[in-house]
Amino acid sequence: MIPLSWYLVLSAALFSVGLFGVLARRNAVAILLGIELMLNSVNINLVAFWRYLDPTRIDGQVFAIIVFAVAAAEVAVGLALVISVYRRRNTVVAEEIDMLKW
Amino acid sequence: MTTELLIWLIPLPPVLAFFLIVLFTNRNKALSHTIGVGAAGLSWLGSMVVFARALGAERLAEHPFHSAIPWLPTGDTWFNIGVLIDPFGAAVLFFVAWTIFMIFLYSVGYHNFGQPKGDHDRAGLPPHGATVADEKTGHKHMVPSVEPMYSRFFAFLGLFAFGMYVLVVSDNLLTMFVGWEIMGLCSYLLIGFWYGKESARNAAVKAFMTTRVGDVFMLLGIAFLYSATGTLSFREIFTEEVLHVLATTATPVLGLSAAGLIGLLLFIGTVGKSAQWPLHVWLPDAMEGPTPVSAMIHAATMVSAGVYAVIRMFPLLSLDASTMTVVAFIGTFTAIFAASIAVAQNDIKRVLAYSTISQLGFMIAALGIGAYVAAAFHLITHAFFKALLFLGSGSVIHGMEHGVLHTGDHHVDPQDMFNMGGLRKKMPITFWTFLIGGFALSGFPLVTAGFWSKDEILADAFGHGHMAVFITLAIAAFMTAFYTMRQITLTFLGEPRTKEAEHAQETPWTMTVPLMVLAFFAVTYGWVGIPEHFPGLGGLVPNWFHDFVGHTLEHVPEAPEFSWVPLLTSLGVALGGLFFGWLYYRNVKSAKEDVFQIGVLKNKWYFDEAYNFLFIKPVYWISETLVYKWMDQTVIDGILHTFGKVTDWLGNKIRNWIDLPVINGFGDFVGFRTADLGGAMRPIQTGRVQQYMLLAMFLLLIVGGLLFYFLVMA
Repeated sequence: MIPLSWYLVLSAALFSVGLFGVLARRNAVAILLGIELMLNSVNINLVAFWRYLDPTRIDGQVFAIIVFAVAAAEVAVGLALVISVYRRRNTVVAEEIDMLKW
Repeated sequence: MTTELLIWLIPLPPVLAFFLIVLFTNRNKALSHTIGVGAAGLSWLGSMVVFARALGAERLAEHPFHSAIPWLPTGDTWFNIGVLIDPFGAAVLFFVAWTIFMIFLYSVGYHNFGQPKGDHDRAGLPPHGATVADEKTGHKHMVPSVEPMYSRFFAFLGLFAFGMYVLVVSDNLLTMFVGWEIMGLCSYLLIGFWYGKESARNAAVKAFMTTRVGDVFMLLGIAFLYSATGTLSFREIFTEEVLHVLATTATPVLGLSAAGLIGLLLFIGTVGKSAQWPLHVWLPDAMEGPTPVSAMIHAATMVSAGVYAVIRMFPLLSLDASTMTVVAFIGTFTAIFAASIAVAQNDIKRVLAYSTISQLGFMIAALGIGAYVAAAFHLITHAFFKALLFLGSGSVIHGMEHGVLHTGDHHVDPQDMFNMGGLRKKMPITFWTFLIGGFALSGFPLVTAGFWSKDEILADAFGHGHMAVFITLAIAAFMTAFYTMRQITLTFLGEPRTKEAEHAQETPWTMTVPLMVLAFFAVTYGWVGIPEHFPGLGGLVPNWFHDFVGHTLEHVPEAPEFSWVPLLTSLGVALGGLFFGWLYYRNVKSAKEDVFQIGVLKNKWYFDEAYNFLFIKPVYWISETLVYKWMDQTVIDGILHTFGKVTDWLGNKIRNWIDLPVINGFGDFVGFRTADLGGAMRPIQTGRVQQYMLLAMFLLLIVGGLLFYFLVMA
């Protein structure tokens, strides 16, 4: 069986890729993608710990499903916002969406 | 109702009427005059009842109607006020009630009640007449218009009547003075009733200021009397002991006794109120008021108050011979002085005004020679016939105004006697009543009241050996008869001199009825005072007046012995004056032909000019130059400006040294440094979420690393 640490490494790597995407990308869709990656890396963590620590309990799975639901909702709202912004301002670059800035 | 209570109530209706009219019924003319006349009627009724009971009372002099209540606490004692009707008071109350009631009634007609509103009438100006179209022909003509401030007039009259009644029924000097001052105020209000006219305003101020001079002295006299005796009640002052104390106390002024000084001070009040020389100047100007009514107030009623006051104070006054001399001199001089002016006046009312001054002089002179009863007698007869004459003159003017409205020529003065003439046919009632009044004033023998009272004054002067007074008064009486006949001849006899006089018209019943009532008294009132020893008539009627009023004094004055000299004199001057007046003036056509239009008489001996030069100009100078320009502008303003400048300088220094550097500096420092700090922090607030997150991540790593290091590794 593959040791736990491998999963954790994969998860950390995925998280880092996502974080980088969130911090470094200018495209709002790409930032959303980054967030999705980070959420899914967390899911990997949750499922891996569930499997390796106490498979009789289902806490880990439940958590993962809640995260899915949250992620789906978040993407739905996020993409809707992006599309709406794009229609109005003809751009999806995060820095240019600065109407609330002073 | 007891008589005392009734006396308390007599002054009340007019003052209630005043407040009712002013507060509630001012807009309703009919209601206002109903209240006013009704109130006067009530007071009249009360006065008549009191008078009748006074006649029926046994030994009224010793036991007068008197009641008093404590009013002001003065230390341990009380100052009492109350009412007092003794024989003299009753006699005065009688004529006051009659004349006031007649004034009220007459005012209804005089102010054209029932006539339409004027075309251009404004409050504060006399009514100018209204245009009325005839219903059948459509022909337009002018008729007299109703007075715009009709209700207000009755309110003022009510207050005036209140003052007069208070004065008459008072049992002490203080409330008498209150009534006196209320009348002073009303006199001001009524003279200035047509305040739109500048002359009326000036006359009102003049009257008020002139009488004020007298009133101040009178108040001084009252204060002195109170401090000397501790009482102001007539009955308490006029007792042997008090009078004796007053007569023997010396004062530092001119070597007068206290009685003499107090008497003199009170007399100065009378000089102002009764328009005696040298304070006579206000009365002729007072004719600016609504013609007959205020004229009558100022001639028949209010000025009588001054004489009333001295007659009241006679027991005190007579204690000092020098005061009596002053009184006699002022009265005699005024009598002849005013009579001489009256001869040259052309305004029908001004003649009467000077005649009033002159007749009041007769009374004062009579009092000065000790003729107490004669003074009181003349006061009352004069009030009746002078009231009659003034109302008659008002009726004449009213009739003339009809003529002026008819011709439409408003330049014709309806008061100038040289514009009249021949009015006896146009205004018969006015003519006959005026004739009666004029003959009474002249002292037409036997039938008129004026003859008996004036004859008594002359007889007293002669009988008591005051020859100078006697001769002067005789000359004054001659002048009186002369100018009276001049007035009657110019006004009523002959032919009309102007178109206005041709179209004059008799006045309504509200005006003629008072004339007839007063004419009745102007004749009959003399009969109650026929001297006992008068040839032929004496003794037919008892000399009721002398008995009744004379007993007011403790020592009933002796009637002078009968002598033919004063009787023949008084017959001679009266008939002679009347005859010469008629003889001369029946041919005079205009003012230019009148030889008595001498500058010095016409201009009233230049008293107005002299007072203007002596008092008014200096006062103006003091006000303008001394007080205003020097004291106010230079001294007081200077001090204030200095304070202002010093304060300004000090303020500037405080501002420059403390406010600006310290307080402002601190405030500015805090503000600007905060702004700087904000500016310095601003670069890290980029508003870019990704940067924030990056920063947060690094901080998290650092903090996490440190925690890890310290908590786990250590």
